[in-house]
Amino acid sequence: MTAPEPEESAVPQGTEDQVVLRLHDVVKIFPGVRALDGVQLEVRAGEVHCLLGQNGAGKSTLIKVLAGVHHADAGEITWRGEPFAPGTPQAAMRAGIATIYQELDLVDDLSVAENAFLGHEPSLFGFTRRRVTASRTREILARLGHAEISPRRLVRSLPAAAKQVVSMARALSHDARLIVMDEPSAVLAHDEVANLFRIIRELTAQGIAVIYISHRLDEIRDIGDRVTVLKDGRTTAANLPARTTPTRELVGKMTGRSIEYVFPPGRDAPPEEDPLLVVENLTRSGEFADVSLTVRPGEIVGIAGLVGSGRSELLETIFGARRPDAGTVKLAGKPVRSVEAAVRGGMGMAPEERKSQALLLDEPIFKNMTLASFTKFAKVGFTDTGGERAASERTAKSLELRPPGVIRPVRTLSGGNQQKVVVGRWLLGGTRLLLLDEPTRGVDVGARAELYQVIRDLAERGVGVLLVSSEVPEVLGLADRVLVMREGHMIHESPAAEIDEDTVLNLVMAGSLLEGEPA
Amino acid sequence: MITETLPAEKREPRRLDEGTIRNLGLIGVLVLLVIIGIITRPELYSDPAWVRNNILVILQQASAIGVVTVGMTFVIIGGGIDLSVGAIIALAGVWCTTVATQSFGAAGMIFTALMVGIGVGLVNGLLIAYGKLVPFIATLAMLVAARGLAAQISDKQTQISTNETINAIATTRIFGIPLLVYILAAVAAAGWVLLNRTTFGRRTVAIGGNEEAARLAGINVKRQTVLLYVLSGLCCGIAAIMLTSQATSAQAGMANLYELDAIAAAIIGGTLLSGGRGTIVGAVFGVLVFSTITNLFAINNLETEVQNMVKGGIIVAAVLIQQFRYQSLTQLFKK
Ligand SMILES: Nc1ncnc2c1ncn2[C@@H]1O[C@H](COP(=O)(O)OP(=O)(O)OP(=O)(O)O)[C@@H](O)[C@H]1O
Ligand SMILES: [Mg+2]
Repeated sequence: MTAPEPEESAVPQGTEDQVVLRLHDVVKIFPGVRALDGVQLEVRAGEVHCLLGQNGAGKSTLIKVLAGVHHADAGEITWRGEPFAPGTPQAAMRAGIATIYQELDLVDDLSVAENAFLGHEPSLFGFTRRRVTASRTREILARLGHAEISPRRLVRSLPAAAKQVVSMARALSHDARLIVMDEPSAVLAHDEVANLFRIIRELTAQGIAVIYISHRLDEIRDIGDRVTVLKDGRTTAANLPARTTPTRELVGKMTGRSIEYVFPPGRDAPPEEDPLLVVENLTRSGEFADVSLTVRPGEIVGIAGLVGSGRSELLETIFGARRPDAGTVKLAGKPVRSVEAAVRGGMGMAPEERKSQALLLDEPIFKNMTLASFTKFAKVGFTDTGGERAASERTAKSLELRPPGVIRPVRTLSGGNQQKVVVGRWLLGGTRLLLLDEPTRGVDVGARAELYQVIRDLAERGVGVLLVSSEVPEVLGLADRVLVMREGHMIHESPAAEIDEDTVLNLVMAGSLLEGEPA
Repeated sequence: MITETLPAEKREPRRLDEGTIRNLGLIGVLVLLVIIGIITRPELYSDPAWVRNNILVILQQASAIGVVTVGMTFVIIGGGIDLSVGAIIALAGVWCTTVATQSFGAAGMIFTALMVGIGVGLVNGLLIAYGKLVPFIATLAMLVAARGLAAQISDKQTQISTNETINAIATTRIFGIPLLVYILAAVAAAGWVLLNRTTFGRRTVAIGGNEEAARLAGINVKRQTVLLYVLSGLCCGIAAIMLTSQATSAQAGMANLYELDAIAAAIIGGTLLSGGRGTIVGAVFGVLVFSTITNLFAINNLETEVQNMVKGGIIVAAVLIQQFRYQSLTQLFKK
């Protein structure tokens, strides 16, 4: 749908019991893994149906079956009353199912408009109609609340959140009756999520069904109508009411255990030592200006801020991956000017976009884990794969990687488990300062708690951590000290214990209203 | 159940098999070519002495291009391409056979050929890594420039090598096997170790597989890129000596189109043109397939034009089979 047409309002509302999609005992087998092992799912027109499940439960696989990317090995799918087995993604789109994938699937060297209409460009006698494409893209972007993104801009030059918007635009460019969203909020900040929900409500009001995947329970409560829970490729609970089902029950169905979304208990302030990292007056024009900060050994410093506030760019500059226009970065007294120098000095970074910035998808897990440390395992230039594997296996275990082996290619891991591999890389081999950019993006509730514990343990052992997260509770729950960043400036700093979520949110979103903002 | 019931190691062998199966496929192609040879020239194959000698001919023909292909395989795995290999060989061959260089004896000639190879490779690498030129363009320009320089130095004449030691390289046999074949074996073995057992190899795969990820993991991408082209140049220098010895001469047109043969051999050996994956063993088999085809045409006294068409067909077929095999393999494992 490119624009809500008036006659659409006659379509039954979300509450109507009209099933558009039904899955019965769907099975999908990958070599050695039954990714789907009997899935039941029932989606009604105009509802937001949430899929919940741990990393590797099979959520993404399920939606890829619906999208025609994978083919089910067994089971029945009924779409609008008829048997449905899309052979290709195009077939699924023609049938009215649009999908926003967990891993962005945009073509970096095409423009925003070309990406939005990829595969179904408006054309005349085989010539693409660029102006029409651009103006229709502009309409969709405006509807998404992002009129500021130019349709002609190259996708490569966009930040992660904007890329997500382009993915959304692509889904909306189809005349879809069902839109599937695989962790769309993972890259979005607070206000962006609100915007996303507004769009979803608009869609469902037109009778369009939405399948929504997220690891954030609060979101599911906010936007969801019904929830289906997957565990190890099976439906363990179907059609639970999204708002009223107790968290304990949901988590129990997901994990078979009863863990809660918890942070490790608060701890004593780390010892007053000389700072490990000193950043002074760091500036990159158009991204951030005049940023100064310190991280002491054993300290966790959290940066809160919206996507686009310059946080990721700041981390990359500290890491030596971008050249600052002004200012200095010093690690243990020594200036950092390149990534190699940073890594040699014991700095590590888990970047924001794991697929394009961090992983060798076709290489085995252990080689990905040791990508930054294989030289440390090596003896006179000869690699020690045995040692690497053993160390990776220990790390994989401590992060609850699923499945547990470390020889399979990273490509075959679920999104959340790929993220664990990226974080795991820096747990190996002598990291003294860890920069984490959205470390729990796409990581499920259980593993998230594990990851928090791992980060805390690192800090206990004297590792300094600089953490960027869009989730304010994460920053507050984990950090000792909180910095707030807004539009490229550090506008606030305080111990985590002396600030609460509302204050941070206020600062993050309306920082300009506050008095005394440092220039 | 997804995870706990299956021991981790049980489901890993697929990747190993994939490479092995590809090599088995190439051996199958080799066997097929021999069978065609037996059918078309049964009288030759009935003579064991001829067969033995013919095998050595094939290996000897594969030796120089094989050495070049090893270097090329590294460059392609590292995400690049080197179109200048033939030109580097010509320049190194011509430079090491000038009257002045020959006056320094065999060691001087070998040193010169290797240094020319390394030097040109270094220029390629610097242009690509620091000058930010696309590998295709940089090495294409080098192809033209190096052959031009070779023509200039040799004054477009064929330069005869009068050095006995150099000329003896091609004729020396150890245990009945030509020295050239030992050189290929040594380079291939060293290449295999370098790719699979060293940090150099790991860095190569990393920068070819995902350059940004490699950079953010602290790998010096630029230096590694330069080293890869230097390695390719070094291989060309070695090949230049081998070819000069075989022909007892060098000229600006030597090793014509070696870039195509080397790239083709690497690709049918399973190296991904987009980088990040490839094997030395496969590349050597690829070279052997090509030199066996050449031999098949030679023993049947057929035109080289037809031969080139067949080579082209084989490249396409190899790529198609690879894709098909990957799919059917996945299919197979489902059952
Ligand atoms: N192409 C593939 N080849 C082999 N196994 C795969 C492949 N894709 C996924 N798997 C496996 O299938 C299982 C389900 O993965 P899936 O991506 O559907 O999980 P998910 O529920 O989306 O998890 P997450 O929350 O981490 O995104 C995992 O065990 C995964 O390792
Ligand atoms: Mg997923």
